[in-house]
Amino acid sequence: MGRITLDKVTKQFGDVQVIPPLDLTINDGEFVVFVGPSGCGKSTLLRLIAGLEDVTAGEIRIDGKPATDLPPAKRGLAMVFQSYALYPHMSVRKNIAFPMKMAGMPEDEQKRRIDNAARALNLTDYLDRRPGQLSGGQRQRVAIGRAIVREPAAFLFDEPLSNLDAALRVGMRMEISELHKKLDTTMIYVTHDQVEAMTMADKIVVLRAGNIEQVGSPLELYKAPRNTFVAGFIGSPKMNLIEGAEAGKHDATTIGIRPEHIDVSPTDGAWKGRIGVAEHLGSDTFFHVHDTGLGETLTIRAGGEVGLHHGDTVYLTPQADKIHRFDAQGLRIA
Amino acid sequence: MATQHSRSAARIMISPAVGLLLIWMIVPLVLTVYFSLLRYNLLMPGTERFVGFLNYKLFFNNPAFFTALINTLLLVGGVLIVTVVGGILLAILLDQPIWGQGIVRILVIAPFFVMPTVSALVWKNMFMNPVSGLFAEFSKAVGLQPFDFLTHAPLASIIGIVAWQWLPFATLILLTAIQSLDSEQMEAAEMDGASPLSRFWYITLPHLSRAVTVVILIQTIFLLSVFAEILVTTNGGPGVASTNLTYLVYARSLLNFDVGGGSAGGVVAIILANIVAVFLMRMIGKNLDA
Amino acid sequence: MARAVSTRRKAGYTIAAWIIGFAIFFPILWTIITSFKTEAEAISSPPSFLFFNWTTENYSTVLERSNYFRHFWNSVVISLGSTVLGLIIAIPAAWSMAFVPSKHTKNVLMWMLSTKMLPPVGVLIPIYLIFRDFGLLDSRIGLVIVLTLINLPIIVWMLYTYFKEIPGEILEASRMDGATLRDEIIYVLTPMAVPGIASTLLLNVILAWNEAFWTLNLTAAKAAPLTAFIASYSSPEGLFYAKLSAASTMAIAPILILGWFSQKQLVRGLTFGAVK
Repeated sequence: MGRITLDKVTKQFGDVQVIPPLDLTINDGEFVVFVGPSGCGKSTLLRLIAGLEDVTAGEIRIDGKPATDLPPAKRGLAMVFQSYALYPHMSVRKNIAFPMKMAGMPEDEQKRRIDNAARALNLTDYLDRRPGQLSGGQRQRVAIGRAIVREPAAFLFDEPLSNLDAALRVGMRMEISELHKKLDTTMIYVTHDQVEAMTMADKIVVLRAGNIEQVGSPLELYKAPRNTFVAGFIGSPKMNLIEGAEAGKHDATTIGIRPEHIDVSPTDGAWKGRIGVAEHLGSDTFFHVHDTGLGETLTIRAGGEVGLHHGDTVYLTPQADKIHRFDAQGLRIA
Repeated sequence: MATQHSRSAARIMISPAVGLLLIWMIVPLVLTVYFSLLRYNLLMPGTERFVGFLNYKLFFNNPAFFTALINTLLLVGGVLIVTVVGGILLAILLDQPIWGQGIVRILVIAPFFVMPTVSALVWKNMFMNPVSGLFAEFSKAVGLQPFDFLTHAPLASIIGIVAWQWLPFATLILLTAIQSLDSEQMEAAEMDGASPLSRFWYITLPHLSRAVTVVILIQTIFLLSVFAEILVTTNGGPGVASTNLTYLVYARSLLNFDVGGGSAGGVVAIILANIVAVFLMRMIGKNLDA
Repeated sequence: MARAVSTRRKAGYTIAAWIIGFAIFFPILWTIITSFKTEAEAISSPPSFLFFNWTTENYSTVLERSNYFRHFWNSVVISLGSTVLGLIIAIPAAWSMAFVPSKHTKNVLMWMLSTKMLPPVGVLIPIYLIFRDFGLLDSRIGLVIVLTLINLPIIVWMLYTYFKEIPGEILEASRMDGATLRDEIIYVLTPMAVPGIASTLLLNVILAWNEAFWTLNLTAAKAAPLTAFIASYSSPEGLFYAKLSAASTMAIAPILILGWFSQKQLVRGLTFGAVK
């Protein structure tokens, strides 16, 4: 129902090619996340799929049928905008009803769908309020409600959680994930937050400057990043990337080791260094270690509380099976 | 935002406005220039003749032209000085904490909304009239001879009337600009030891300079075309003492029916306005980029 | 200036502001007061300010004898007519410039504004002659056409600025929701733009009501609005200050009231964005 194919899709703004020819397949029911740094083209890509921008070249197919020249309304997709884009002069009820009104749906069917959506999203008490009278999280739900009642082939989310505060974000993240499980509809989700990507996605598409760097499940990207960019982008804190002599020892131009895969000891280990900043969170301890002779400050994450502090000497040992190797072009060596 | 569908719709939707304004611009302008090259008098229809730049020569050689030009510049300059200086002072005053600020604003803004013919007649008859005007009453009360403003100082009187009408505009614009001044900047200056006068000179005034420029440019465009006030008070007289370029062209065209000569004057007025417009457009353009 | 200021200072400013405000407003006040005097009282020496016999005879005289209502009605028709016509032409234009901007949009907008800077006297003759030949002289239609054209740039400009303040995402959302262009304009854009359209309408009615060049030169007895009608009082026929004041008060009262509501619009509409 919601299978979307992008075939050599290209986008140019004037002389600038924002998205070079791109191929991607999204399967029905998948939760796909487009993630990448600012300006990588993820929002543009979403808007091309939505039909809010025209492709410069290439084809978009929805369920096998060509959709490249279809206006947004005819593609059967629903979008949740970053700013929610609710109609300020309409009540919540009318906001949610709007797409159905545009489609000419009979009123009792509209009412049925509105009531269902309101129940699913906890909006029943707010149906007659205006968006201006709602909190951020409530507005977010109205935007989702407006998308749900269309029963679209796929949902498109454009950084929907960026405008919410941290606590609310975590809660809404779970709600969206649960919604996906319940509706079993394709969802394409754009974010710059790799934590959202890792926790919500079936499939992650990492983008940089319009190019797809890697497509895979969260664990695939975590365990086997295809290049140094993906390696450094996925995972927080960032993977430590080390060049030079130490990398040479492993037959690579660059090696990477995640902060959580380095063992810490005050007495002995492979590398010796001095602790700069130490962050004690109780649940974890983060160390930033200098003067290791490896050319970089290393970030280490240890579980629980480790009683080492600023200025202490520390010994670090990377776990051998977790070392990633990259060649001179930054590509992964198997 | 823009797709093929919306772009073609956009073009259709903008065409009536663009088309109408194009016609409005081009047709009359072309005709004015054309007429200015003819000898054409409405009292003698059918005798139109191409005379090249003769009308312009006659126009520039007419002593009335230079007087009108000077009067135009004096009128614009005089009103600008009064409204800008007065506007700045009033804006500063209105920015202070005062009781009943809303009402004072209404009082100060009101003259701008009075139609020019009414304000001119009110000033002419009820204030400046040497027999029964209020100024005359006041002079008599202090033992002075009443002054016949419109006969002995026609241009200055008209400057006064027009300045009264435009002072609210300048005040409103400058007040808006002052209120957009970041109060933290002022507080920082105060912490740095600046006196109120220094704060005005080094912070308020530079901030206002942009708004003042806008006021000057926009008012100039409109002041070049002052007409109703002259028509209703002095008819440009005595002689041409209070005639500006606009009135001169009007008198030539619709009173003397000299279409050729009037059109030449009209072209001159357009060129004059264009000079100011160039500067104003540059400011607007910079703003639209922002 | 949000700091607490000494009450004495505040009182000082207040007195200064009220005196100046009163002085500026005085001519209008004097006109209103004079309109309630008899003609003899109006030129009495010394002039009376509050304590005289107030009468409304001037108002009845002006309304009965002259064709005041006709000219008042002309003003109404011309102001509203040119404003509504202007809005009909301008709303689509401003829509396209605000929501589907192209690389020409800025230049088109600036060009439109530049047409407002044309001195009317530069096109007086051709317009006069064209109107004469088409029978448009001394007609309300003729004036509506001219006033629409001279104010169109301002209407377009103001609507453009208001439309730009509408978040584009809301219109995109309506498109995703299946709205055609027509639906988008009717159900989403217009309701959100109503305050902006109302403000533009207000300012433009004021500008058209007070317009005193074309209304003076293109009309005679039939279609003359109040600007021209009042101008005909400029050659005095004997004592008439009180009647002039009554006619003037009636002519300016509507706009004074509307003007009070339109201060912000004035700044927006007539400074072309150069002052925020």
